[in-house]
Amino acid sequence: MADAVLARPAAPAAPSWGERLAQSRGLVAVLFMLPAAIFLFVFLTYPLGLGVWLGFTDTRIGRSGVFVGLENYESLWNDSIFWLSVFNTVLYTTVASILKFGLGLWLALILNERLPFKAFIRAIVLLPWVVPTVLSAIAFWWIYDAQFSVISWSLMKLGLISSPINFLGDPNNARATVILTNVWRGIPFVAITLLAGLQTISPSLHEAATLDGATPWQRFRSITLPMLSPLIAVVMTFSVLFTFTDFQLIYVLTRGGPLNATHLMATLSFQRAIPGGQLGEGAAIAVAMIPFLLSAILFSYFGLQRRRWQQGGTD
Amino acid sequence: MATATDTASTTATHHADESVGMSYLDRLPRRLVVIYLPLAVFVFVLLFPFYWMTVTALKPNVELTNFTDYSPFWPQNPTLRHIQYLLFETSYPGWLWNTMLVAIGSTILSLVASVFAAYAIERVRFQGSRWVGLGIFLAYLVPPSILFIPLAVMVFRLGIYDTRLALIFTYPTFLIPFCTWLLMGYFRSIPYELEECALVDGASRWQILTRILLPLSVPGLISAGIFAFTLSWNEFIYALTFIQSSENKTVPVGVLTELVRGDVYEWGALMAGALLGSLPVVLLYSFFVDYYVSSMTGAVKE
Repeated sequence: MADAVLARPAAPAAPSWGERLAQSRGLVAVLFMLPAAIFLFVFLTYPLGLGVWLGFTDTRIGRSGVFVGLENYESLWNDSIFWLSVFNTVLYTTVASILKFGLGLWLALILNERLPFKAFIRAIVLLPWVVPTVLSAIAFWWIYDAQFSVISWSLMKLGLISSPINFLGDPNNARATVILTNVWRGIPFVAITLLAGLQTISPSLHEAATLDGATPWQRFRSITLPMLSPLIAVVMTFSVLFTFTDFQLIYVLTRGGPLNATHLMATLSFQRAIPGGQLGEGAAIAVAMIPFLLSAILFSYFGLQRRRWQQGGTD
Repeated sequence: MATATDTASTTATHHADESVGMSYLDRLPRRLVVIYLPLAVFVFVLLFPFYWMTVTALKPNVELTNFTDYSPFWPQNPTLRHIQYLLFETSYPGWLWNTMLVAIGSTILSLVASVFAAYAIERVRFQGSRWVGLGIFLAYLVPPSILFIPLAVMVFRLGIYDTRLALIFTYPTFLIPFCTWLLMGYFRSIPYELEECALVDGASRWQILTRILLPLSVPGLISAGIFAFTLSWNEFIYALTFIQSSENKTVPVGVLTELVRGDVYEWGALMAGALLGSLPVVLLYSFFVDYYVSSMTGAVKE
């Protein structure tokens, strides 16, 4: 590639065949795109197709399978654990995303104030997002310990509860716990990205509205939210996508237990495919996630388009 | 409800970008309740796990489970025993080394591929470049949790199962789309006139890229590089699936699968492992906070 592009003409008057080729846009573009394109085709597009194919086979670890049609999907359809995992995933995504959005926006509004040590506070607030999820989840694992939880200990000292909270052993407690942990990890991302959007809103808009007699709530509703909504659409799409496909937190904290109450589709897919060895079935569960993901993307994409048009922006 | 609404609306009052805004209208007691108090709670909740991680890593085993004789919030007799155990009696240093190699390898690979791709899409402007750009964005949205099973099959067939190479080759699946998207935005911010001058003077595309665009894009490259490094350092599901033997594991997988033996949880060692494993990314982050924030917000804002 380098040779073709670096080829220089001997005489400027007569461009050589090689040089004309090097100047042609199509070829240059193809050459430049080649490394990324090869990588993404081999390790992204092909596996995506392979995954769909595996979902139609009975492949196991160590044994290549044969085409079985919709058999995997039929057995999943009658599998109550699979439906429980779908329910859990939807619940987990919905509750966690709403909380992340609300708390994240609140934190962004606070950070947009005049504060001492603002840059420093902004930097440390982002830490939960920077630290590897698995490692912070291990810290939470100890914080949620059934016997030696520091939260239970503090609440007992304060006299609010009489016995330690069983954070991860009880189905409903476990659900609430993993959702809150996911929210903990997601708030910084939402807050910092929305803060970047808030900083682009001119203070003069608020001053003008105040002179016209707008209340703080009216200014928030009619200035801050509309100005921020294109960014909110994108941030929440990312947030929903990553929450829906979450794997790490659940795998560390509960591995889907107790009684499969916290199994998400991703963790169930892993459990069936890798320790269980049923690659075909695991792939089918993974493929079943795609419609949900597509609808989330389309929803926010069209939401986004409308907002840009409302603002008179381009595109 | 009343408090939440009130706080949200009041905090929306002033946008202290550079100007003072209207914040002088607020009195201190009010600011204390609607701004400093919630902020303190947020910061406490967001940082407490890290404090707890550190304290637990420094406590001797006796203090870990005895809350009656020792205060749980402070190590009375801090010890480096857990860290020593981790570094000299487990494979932890090897996991750190593996994670480092994998993260650096996949970051370099992705950066090189992304620079070329972003340049082609953003500056060569070939037919259909917009669609390729959109495709790159969609590729970023493909989550690892639906790719790991087919990738495991492929990695096995390619004969790189249980090697670091398996991770170096698979991490770019999410790094290349991210870096390309980020660099496209960065290249767009560089005036095209500079390149036109060079084209008129007879420079080739390769010369324009290496002599003009790349030197101007160093901040963008740093952003993409540290972000890619962090993403690969934090990756879990591929490393869990593709690596079997202890000596090839990465830090997140090793800490979780090797330090937990049966019912005996070595909490001190686990926390020490989590602490040491977080340190490299936190240090990198603290040196490049602004690049980090700009790449995170930049990737979303485009």
